[in-house]
Amino acid sequence: MNNLLEIKNLYIEGFYEERWHPIVRDISLDLKRGEVLGLIGESGAGKSTIGLAAMGYARQGCRLTSGSINLEGIELFDATEEDLRLVRGSKIAYVAQSAAASFNPSHRVIKQYAEAPVHHGLMNYKEAEKEGIEIYRRLFLPTPEKIGYRYPHELSGGQLQRAMVAMAMSCKPDIIVFDEPTTALDVTTQIEVLAAVKEITEKMNKAALYITHDLAVVAQVAHRIMVLRNGRLVEEGETRALIKKPKEKYTRELLNVRALREEKSITDRMDVILDIKDVAATYTGVETVLEDIDLILRRGRTVALVGESGSGKSTLAKVITGLLPAIHGSITFLGKELPSELKKRKKEDLRKMQMIYQMPDTALNPKQTVRKVIGRPLQFYFGIRGQKAEDRIKDLLRKIELDPDIYIDRLTTELSGGEKQRICIARALAAEPDLIICDEVTSALDQLVAEGILDLLQDLQNKTNMSYLFITHDLATVKAIADKIVIMLEGKIIEQGEKKEILAPPHHEYTDKLLASVPEMDPDWLDNLLDERASTFI
Amino acid sequence: MLKLLRQSPLSARIGMGIVLLNCLVAVFAPLIVPYGETSVVGDVWESSSVKFYLGTDHLGRDLFTRMVYGGRNTIALAFITTALSFLAGSFLGFIAAVKGAWTDQLISRAIDIIMAFPTLIFALMILSVVGSSIPTLIFTIALLDSTRVYRLSRAVAMDIEVMEFVEAARLRGEGIWWIMRHEILPNAMPPLVAEFGLRFCFVFLFIASLSFLGLGLQPPLADWGGMVKENAGAITFGIYIPLIPAGAIAFLTVGVNLIVDWFLHLSSGLHE
Repeated sequence: MNNLLEIKNLYIEGFYEERWHPIVRDISLDLKRGEVLGLIGESGAGKSTIGLAAMGYARQGCRLTSGSINLEGIELFDATEEDLRLVRGSKIAYVAQSAAASFNPSHRVIKQYAEAPVHHGLMNYKEAEKEGIEIYRRLFLPTPEKIGYRYPHELSGGQLQRAMVAMAMSCKPDIIVFDEPTTALDVTTQIEVLAAVKEITEKMNKAALYITHDLAVVAQVAHRIMVLRNGRLVEEGETRALIKKPKEKYTRELLNVRALREEKSITDRMDVILDIKDVAATYTGVETVLEDIDLILRRGRTVALVGESGSGKSTLAKVITGLLPAIHGSITFLGKELPSELKKRKKEDLRKMQMIYQMPDTALNPKQTVRKVIGRPLQFYFGIRGQKAEDRIKDLLRKIELDPDIYIDRLTTELSGGEKQRICIARALAAEPDLIICDEVTSALDQLVAEGILDLLQDLQNKTNMSYLFITHDLATVKAIADKIVIMLEGKIIEQGEKKEILAPPHHEYTDKLLASVPEMDPDWLDNLLDERASTFI
Repeated sequence: MLKLLRQSPLSARIGMGIVLLNCLVAVFAPLIVPYGETSVVGDVWESSSVKFYLGTDHLGRDLFTRMVYGGRNTIALAFITTALSFLAGSFLGFIAAVKGAWTDQLISRAIDIIMAFPTLIFALMILSVVGSSIPTLIFTIALLDSTRVYRLSRAVAMDIEVMEFVEAARLRGEGIWWIMRHEILPNAMPPLVAEFGLRFCFVFLFIASLSFLGLGLQPPLADWGGMVKENAGAITFGIYIPLIPAGAIAFLTVGVNLIVDWFLHLSSGLHE
């Protein structure tokens, strides 16, 4: 069979720090009809750049330096804008990571679907609408006849992502580039999108490039996988072979099932750090967003708070910290009942409870240096200044495994995501807390970077005996670090207990769904799951 | 600071040159001018000659002398007024954004009331009650301008206030002053600096309108806006005289904005 896409010896350069740097080096790939090629690697590996290059496109500040990109016999490397426009959309299409940001919020979904085929002159608007409904049906969108006539904000994240896939299909391209299509979604909605991707590639016989940083996800859809790092190919192979027998060390690291923590038992004799009783909260004064919350956290232990977005886990963190005062119930911290409002709490109590956020980008003031970020809590809580503060800051930086001489004078904007998150940890540590609330601290980070952060947190806990309240939707993280698991749904705790109890059957119905939705490093996992779900529906 | 100046782009240097020239002229006014600020020395609307570099105005005073003194009055007045309005406006705006709830309501509604009056009428009202002197003029215009600054800085601060680093500061137990000074202000600088450049120039024009109504700088004191108004009639006779103070306003405006653009670049971290 002929190759639909052939890329040979591709080099791409990016312009930064006043000169051109190579960002993709000597990449060759080919793609046949009906085949899915997975590109995997951490951010900065050049996977999106390669995906876009397959369409003959280079981002602002990048240029295709040398090589060849052959799409169905057409050379895209030095094609004119006009030629590229004819190819894009009709022969090759692109599905971006965030569907919500890719739709125009003020037009109905199906109108945006029809735009491209009408523009390319393939069909008129009426025909496009009809085809759209058909594709919505094939992608398992609910009420396909009606859903297109809604506005983007009226669809859920998973639905939007599938509508986006449908849009990419509108001109019947032969190749689709999926760029991290499920990264921003919950595990339960991720399944829907993966099923849609499978439908397209298998039943409609299209080829696809699937870009992701999650090996377990790509294992479900790809026939072959290319592992990339720093713009270079690390390893390439058939999915099953690669997962079974990775040749390179880097691939093995990606594959490593995360189990960082030796089991720690929880006994009743241990100090109770945080005791929450019968707490409820509301934003509007009418509807309660949290109800009947009971939770106990002991010294040196980690409680994982799990649930989908909207389940109230972050709200609970707000209630504990006092940002959102509870309407009834009590929060006892270190043996003292805390006032429900932040303003009424004592400085000493605030010091002992610190928080780390999901987005390190917004959790650090972009105008401050590392010295100021870490130095402020030292000065504020302990009155440490001058040389003493300087020594302490350097000490903290060493604790989070960053070189003080390099980092202390940097602005927070001059750090990578993982480094920023480490600085956030150092800021929390500076206060010498007893409890750290971690709100999705790893979900914005690449897998290996995230693991580094989890390692660090684990290490710090072993040394200082702090407790963590770990909010997450990622069950792999939970399995890796938690002692106790609390599962939340719609503002209520539906199940809680020690890790091994919760993870072992019998489960609550929802826990079961949640656990079953986490992709496993098994290429047959998705098929089996979908078969199973289909049979239970019948 | 010196290093920063050395790195400044050409446009900013031109801007700084213009502003510096204006300031020097303003400071050394009495040493430069050939005549007195208010003395009538020639015919009405004489054209430029060796005797009168820029000609004479509608009363026969030397225009060059009036321009120099006018610059002195106008720049000082505009600068003090704008600075005052920014101090008050952004301070209140930040407080409203950080405190929220009824503090925000109280300040915002009070500002709304001031903004509900057309600015000129409001200024007339105050000035006719307390009388027009330079301090009352500064105070009145600063008050009116600060309502606009308030709106802007409140909106900008609201955006910053929802960021997690502000929440982190709150959870640390920081006071409102520290949050305003260290978390919000540095991030709110770019739009505020840009607005400063614009507001600075609007003040000239506003003083000019007030002068026209007899409540601005009182004659015979010179100010550029007033000079445009006084000599406006000359245009109908094809005499260029009013264009000179108008040109001076434009010249200084461009200069100030060239510097502001550079600041904007620096503080927003844009490099292109």
